[in-house]
Amino acid sequence: MLNFTLQRIGKAFVVIVGVIILNFLLIKLAPGDPAAILAGEAGSGDPQFVENLRRQFGLDQPVPVQLWNYLSGVLTGDLGFSYRNQVPVLDLILQRLPATLLLTGAAFVFSLATGMLFGVLAARHRGTVLDSMITTLALIFYATPLFWIALMSVLLFSINLGWLPPFDMETIGAGYTGWRRVLDIAHHLILPTVTLGLFYTAIYTRLTRASMLEVMGLDFVKTARAKGVPGQRIIRRHVLRNAVLPVFTFASMQAGQLVGGAILTETVFAWPGIGRLMFDALMQRDYPVLLGVFLITAIVVVVVNFITDLLYRVVDPRIGIS
Amino acid sequence: MSDTKAPLLSVKNLTIALPEGFDRAHAIQDISYDLNPGEVLCVVGESGSGKSMTANAIMGLLPDYLKPTRGSIDYHGRDLLSLPEEEKRALRGRDIAMVFQEPLSALNPLMTVGEQIDEVMLVHGNTNAAARAARVLELMEYVGLPDPATLRNAYPFRLSGGQRQRIVIAMALALEPSILIADEPTTALDVTTQAQILALIKRIQRAKGMGVIFVTHDFGVVADIADRAIVMEKGLIVEQGTADQVLNHPKHPYTQRLIAAVPHRETERKESNGVEAADEVPLLELRNLNKTYRSSEGLFSKPRVVPAVQDINLVLHRGQTLGVVGESGSGKSTLGRVIMKLLDSDSGQILYHGMDIAPLSQASFRPMRKKIQMIFQDPFASLNPRQTIGRILTDGPLANGVDKTTARKRAEELLARVGLDASAYVRYPHEFSGGQRQRIGIARALMLDPDILIADESVSALDVSVQEQVLRLLRDIQDQLKLGMIFITHDLRIAAQICDQIVVMRRGEVVEMGPPSQIFDAPQNEYTQRLIEAIPGKEWHPEQVIRDLHKESI
Amino acid sequence: MQFIKRFSQNYGAVLGLIILAAIVFLAVAAPLLYPGNPWKTVGMPLLRPLQDAKFLLGTDMLGRDIAAGIAHGAKVSLLIGVVSTLVAVLIGVTIGAVAGFYGGRVDDILMRFTEFFQIIPTFAMAVVLVAIFSPNFISITLAIAVVSWPSVARLVRAEFLSLRQREFVQAAVVIGQSGPRIILTQILPNAVSPIIVTASLMVATAILTESALSFLGLGDRNMMSWGFMIGAARTMLREAWWMSFFPGFAILLAVLAINLIGEGINDVMNPHLRGRKQ
Repeated sequence: MLNFTLQRIGKAFVVIVGVIILNFLLIKLAPGDPAAILAGEAGSGDPQFVENLRRQFGLDQPVPVQLWNYLSGVLTGDLGFSYRNQVPVLDLILQRLPATLLLTGAAFVFSLATGMLFGVLAARHRGTVLDSMITTLALIFYATPLFWIALMSVLLFSINLGWLPPFDMETIGAGYTGWRRVLDIAHHLILPTVTLGLFYTAIYTRLTRASMLEVMGLDFVKTARAKGVPGQRIIRRHVLRNAVLPVFTFASMQAGQLVGGAILTETVFAWPGIGRLMFDALMQRDYPVLLGVFLITAIVVVVVNFITDLLYRVVDPRIGIS
Repeated sequence: MSDTKAPLLSVKNLTIALPEGFDRAHAIQDISYDLNPGEVLCVVGESGSGKSMTANAIMGLLPDYLKPTRGSIDYHGRDLLSLPEEEKRALRGRDIAMVFQEPLSALNPLMTVGEQIDEVMLVHGNTNAAARAARVLELMEYVGLPDPATLRNAYPFRLSGGQRQRIVIAMALALEPSILIADEPTTALDVTTQAQILALIKRIQRAKGMGVIFVTHDFGVVADIADRAIVMEKGLIVEQGTADQVLNHPKHPYTQRLIAAVPHRETERKESNGVEAADEVPLLELRNLNKTYRSSEGLFSKPRVVPAVQDINLVLHRGQTLGVVGESGSGKSTLGRVIMKLLDSDSGQILYHGMDIAPLSQASFRPMRKKIQMIFQDPFASLNPRQTIGRILTDGPLANGVDKTTARKRAEELLARVGLDASAYVRYPHEFSGGQRQRIGIARALMLDPDILIADESVSALDVSVQEQVLRLLRDIQDQLKLGMIFITHDLRIAAQICDQIVVMRRGEVVEMGPPSQIFDAPQNEYTQRLIEAIPGKEWHPEQVIRDLHKESI
Repeated sequence: MQFIKRFSQNYGAVLGLIILAAIVFLAVAAPLLYPGNPWKTVGMPLLRPLQDAKFLLGTDMLGRDIAAGIAHGAKVSLLIGVVSTLVAVLIGVTIGAVAGFYGGRVDDILMRFTEFFQIIPTFAMAVVLVAIFSPNFISITLAIAVVSWPSVARLVRAEFLSLRQREFVQAAVVIGQSGPRIILTQILPNAVSPIIVTASLMVATAILTESALSFLGLGDRNMMSWGFMIGAARTMLREAWWMSFFPGFAILLAVLAINLIGEGINDVMNPHLRGRKQ
């Protein structure tokens, strides 16, 4: 186990360094000089001022040196300063990260739970009206743009019905504390979670259904029937566990994708997370922030994958011996 | 003894329809037989004969698209076909139990084997966990598994094929059923394991007085285990009688044909080829050949090392057929692939006409490939489904610089040579049967006029009657072309039928080498002796049966 | 022939084909149905749907015809969807085929490279690429292609790894065919059907991605697109629901149609779910 952990950490390290380099070079490819843009916005075309900014940001160095500086900074936990706000990037991100983790975590759990539930139901009642209804709905939500479903649910549940708040993470200025605040946040969380999660619910429904049907056709299910195991128990003890494993793997690989979706959800719902932070940084050419967000996302993805791998080893006895 | 009692189970006029689009209307038609207490009834047939169908119908495990249309299965005065599902479920596992062909896929990979045995008792109402646990140990002990207390907590993937099958049998025995149905339970196993499992089933059947329905394609197994036998062809019973009647005095021409096709030793075949050619340079010689599989090396993990071929020395002369025999994991297929340079060897020499080809790169070996050709195992996987037979055959010559018209002419000649119609040239693989495809595979290998032909389990996927025809074709070709042939097989009977020399391999090493007469009649090595001992149907001599039949007819 | 017959028995796929045909027709006929620039004011602002027979789906706050916008937007969605998928398939098949066929070191390097692209959320990556290279048709198409190829590469690699072990491929090696020839004539034809299925589903995903980019204001400013219309309608949600509803519904229909077709192709090409002989 220790061996495996070390090996995975080594691999993860390589991947993350690769991602940093890739992103760094990508941003260096961008046309236009951030210093000039910043200076332009400040209303100063003075070459001396631009030159000063460049020196301050370290942009006057050759690219390999910049990359080296950045990488060695990252290794000591220094993600650089924001061009705009003159605050350490890490602080900015850490301030926004909890909101995004809350949103994506909730959406992940929501989509996985509902997706697996519907998938199992559909497979269990294959060929019935219930199955057709579930598969049709899954097909539709699989094709629905997530920002549109967000807008439409705001229209229905906030504007017309007035049940749920249309934006923000909590009621501004209400000054709630303790459980009252938790409830308030939960209330605000419902729409963003559901709209972000529905697309993935559709995916997991389809996957679970297909996986269940496949496992139902395997030989050991026939053995269970030959043993006289009742139908319900066959599904519960034999099919479900085997069918859920691939869905689980896929879900963990997709975990990072939720962050991409969060850019849209956070935009629509004015959710103060890193998706929004990344998008603003991009628009303002605040590259250190952008790189930082990417780095943190990559680390989260790698950690999620690692945890899944560990869980997998617990659930599936076939893996785990190297 | 059985005729005094009423039958345990009686199948009457059972007919199962096939859905549209199949090559015949019924999976099985008008099947009737009785199973008596304390007897082993073998159902024999080739693939597609419907031999497993009644077994599945008895268990109520037919797939949804197959429905019995007529007949009944009578068990203790009840018709199993019309029984409600819940009552059938109560019978399954308690009164009637089943053992399957593929013991790995028959076990749930995520449950320990102990849990899986335990479950049979649990679902049939035994709620005493301690009693069940004790019974699990007792059963595992009974089917001959080592150290049950530890093994019951193991997952199926940890066990060997034979051990898994013992677990499945333990599961079937848990509630002491009166009927055991075994559907090709030894087909996926090695021959020595097969012998053990057959002995186990026989022993249990004697001890418990169960009725056993044993489905198989192998007459050797029938000879070893059956009290009575049923022969099926295309969904019909063609012959039914005591084992002695069916095996030694077959009446139906189909049974006679099947028995004639059972591989057996050719006593008349001369075994002198190797000796004659001893003084010329051998066609192929292996010297100290080694091949080891390594799992990829990680930063922190040691690679896993499996020696597949160890220090092999062999000589193959023109006109000689060399059999390489071994069980799974013996390295026999790896050896073939190393000689073909489909796999790289680690050390040692492969001398072709005295020239070492082992160190050659793939690119420099490519022009020589045409001289060493291969016939593959799986007739369904060895032909590209998207190419016509013509394309498949001429690709080789074209890649070696032969022009199109010459290649086409040669292809048509060879199609005729392997017994196929010239129209095959423009058709696709899926239009042919397994045996025909294997003939195409042989033709493809011959297209390049090779010196050496390596046949890797080339008849093991075929039914016995087709197997016999393909073997005869190979022998004719060998007699005519005087190639050097290496015939890799797990079946000693087949090797005995076609080879001049036999090499027995185990765990990557050659344990014994010699002409069939030595290997069969005076095996020196302990492992070879066990292999010979394990061949099913040793006491039965199909060639004698056929000779007698001929005599009678004259 | 067999293919068309079986495909036509799949009602979902036929329905998808009909919807897609209608959308293609709309895209092609847009200049005739709604001549002139869809960005121009043509009527009263904020007309409700059916309020004025001339503007079936209503107008926006600048008096632009929503129906005209949807018709003209169809072209962008379809074009970007198809072109970006073609580019992604080309990159993915090449990398996947080389990695899967040659294996070993080559495979290791290529797959590690692919992993870098997969660890970054695809949509975030697309946003950055488009923003950095300023939004236009080419940058959007390439950005979508760049984030989509890894899944094709993985699929093709897996197919090649398994097909490589098949006996007919080994037979091709044995008769002396060269590596590139084996890739092209033996393996690739047998890997085509999963590639086609994946590609058809990727077109749908690409359309979704394009609309999300335009929604964020990262669309081509010279071309009307559905996502842009929704983005522009965001602030008017309370006053004019139709401004965002219809373009969104158009996206839904287009993506649904393509998914239905993709599944139809899948069912026809991989008939493993139908009853097999014994």
